[in-house]
Amino acid sequence: MQQSPDQIRQAYRQMRLIREFEERLHVENPKGEIAGFTHLYSGQEAIAVGVCENLRETDYIISTHRGHGHCLARGCDPKGMMHEIYGRADGLCKGRGGSMHIADLTKGMLGANGIVGAGQPIAVGAALACKARGDGSVSVSFTGDGASNQGTVFEAMNMAVVLKLPKLFVLENNGYSEHTGASYGIGSDLKTRTEAFGIPVWEADGFDYFSVYEAAAKALEYIRAGNGPAAVLAVATRYFGHFEGDPQNYRAKDEVKNFRETVDALKQIREKVTGAGIFTVEELDAIDAEVLALIDASVESARTGPVPGADILLSDVYIDY
Amino acid sequence: MAELTMRDALNQALHQEMERDPRVIVIGEDVSGGAGGTSGKRDAAGGIFGVTKGLLPRFGEARVIDTPISESAIVGLANGAALAGMRPVAELMFADFVGVSLDQIFNQMAKFRYMFGGKAQTPVVLRMAMGAGMNAAAQHSQTIYPMLSAIPGLKVAVPSTPADAKGMLAAAIRDDDPVIFFEHKALYSRKGDVPEGEYLVPFGEAALLRQGRDVTVVAIGRMVHFAAKAVDKLAAEGITCDLIDMRTTSPIDEEAILESLSQTGRLVVVDESNPICSIASEIASMAATKGFHDLRAPVQKITAPHTPVPFARELERIYVPSPNDIEAAIRAVMKEV
Ligand SMILES: Cc1ncc(C[n+]2csc(CCOP(=O)(O)OP(=O)(O)O)c2C)c(N)n1
Ligand SMILES: [Mg+2]
Repeated sequence: MQQSPDQIRQAYRQMRLIREFEERLHVENPKGEIAGFTHLYSGQEAIAVGVCENLRETDYIISTHRGHGHCLARGCDPKGMMHEIYGRADGLCKGRGGSMHIADLTKGMLGANGIVGAGQPIAVGAALACKARGDGSVSVSFTGDGASNQGTVFEAMNMAVVLKLPKLFVLENNGYSEHTGASYGIGSDLKTRTEAFGIPVWEADGFDYFSVYEAAAKALEYIRAGNGPAAVLAVATRYFGHFEGDPQNYRAKDEVKNFRETVDALKQIREKVTGAGIFTVEELDAIDAEVLALIDASVESARTGPVPGADILLSDVYIDY
Repeated sequence: MAELTMRDALNQALHQEMERDPRVIVIGEDVSGGAGGTSGKRDAAGGIFGVTKGLLPRFGEARVIDTPISESAIVGLANGAALAGMRPVAELMFADFVGVSLDQIFNQMAKFRYMFGGKAQTPVVLRMAMGAGMNAAAQHSQTIYPMLSAIPGLKVAVPSTPADAKGMLAAAIRDDDPVIFFEHKALYSRKGDVPEGEYLVPFGEAALLRQGRDVTVVAIGRMVHFAAKAVDKLAAEGITCDLIDMRTTSPIDEEAILESLSQTGRLVVVDESNPICSIASEIASMAATKGFHDLRAPVQKITAPHTPVPFARELERIYVPSPNDIEAAIRAVMKEV
């Protein structure tokens, strides 16, 4: 599956965007201007982007509490997201949702979700709509190792198989479910368990964009051919705590440092594309600079964005006819 | 007496009850934490709010059980273990996660005793953090004690002070019925005097925190502190109130409220939940049906609006009832003759 330089540039930019968005939030968070829980996606960029670069405009994705990466990979506006995270009236969700509930239905992005395991059955429903529409669209859910133990996920998997729906389950094993290691909560293993439902699994290296892209491409080919659901299982790590402020007592001291220095997703893609002569280091650096400027501008405007008031509190509970 | 945070008071109750009764076990996600982690440290969390810290080192893995993210099975596990003779204290982290496990709560634990001819008992305590105040948004901030108080068979505790938290948790563990135990997340770090040894606060007994002539103010959970602010401020102006902390919303201490109302003739109820089918509605209905002849002014209900809990600081601030709202309500009932 050859990707054009344009595709690769786009993928690299998306991964850089997620990385810098999250690294910047990690710096901004302790300053106290950002309220609520913030769960960062740094370390897992290749998974969201490797999957979403395979998607069409009419496809759907649903995300998790750790949603920024999925949202950005699906094309949500970074500035609108930043304003949402800062609780601004002009944020993507008018400041009502915050980091954990970013959504953009116009982009087929059915929302980040604060209830672990809630997204999967919803995504199966979107797959039902895709099938009914008959336009070849698919629906994608992202599921962490921890979330994979939720009964709703089992039900969603079986339902998708029984109804033969165009549904991609992306299983993201980042090693932890809050303060508990992935191996503790998963009695069997994710591949065997998923296959037992009748769902074929394509495995990927979650630090390697090309590996995820190809696994997702194969799974989506299977799904779009009308075979029912498929899964991609990708292993990576999260670079920060479960939430911003997590002391991470459960984690070995140099664990993240080692990942960052060896298999880091951005480092890998840079080495691969410059090594293959597709882009020069300078070309990639220029993308980085553009992304950093975009994030600076987003944070700057978010910090002084409009404060929501009672009208926003009280509207949209129901439709306004 | 020792000055403790509500977090530490709850922790002390768990330690003391587990020490006293080997049938008491603790179940939930990250109640210890660190299992399968690379640091090799267990008890890495001790509950995400730190309430169950130190239990695993003291009582071991057989009694302090970290679970996968499976709320339905967590409550089911507690139910089954209780039917089979244990006394589980299960934790759901955030009260909002009741949504995932509701069947086990309202079709199962609540009904066993009645449905099985009085022969079954399900002494489960289901602990969960509730309430707004952390900007945790719509799925991590709800106040759902009204919903669960409406279910026959469940007892519902909503402590407002560290001492009550300790005494009510110990009482909940010893209770032979299922108890839903709400801990307000904005109160975990609040300090107060707590009796050191065995301490029990019986269910269905409200606490009279201030005594006055003019108005009966009934409050629950965090709202007790907001109401106290308003009540104390008005006392300086000569408007004096009875301030009643309900402590449990099932059972409700009707007598305490009606008795106070018969003295004051005016009632303000403060409840952080949404207004419809709230505990404030329940108390207002009680006043209308059982205290009608004592009422000298319409009952004032102070609740959150009929909306989900919003994220932004400014929105959450407007959403949560404030001491000012309570003060205004007290003034309003005073204006009526
Ligand atoms: C129903 C429910 N239970 C528990 C939680 C608390 N919680 C939030 S994230 C999380 C861990 C999720 O782990 P995983 O699925 O691996 O995703 P990761 O955080 O690693 O991205 C838990 C337990 C929740 N939000 N919803
Ligand atoms: Mg995980």
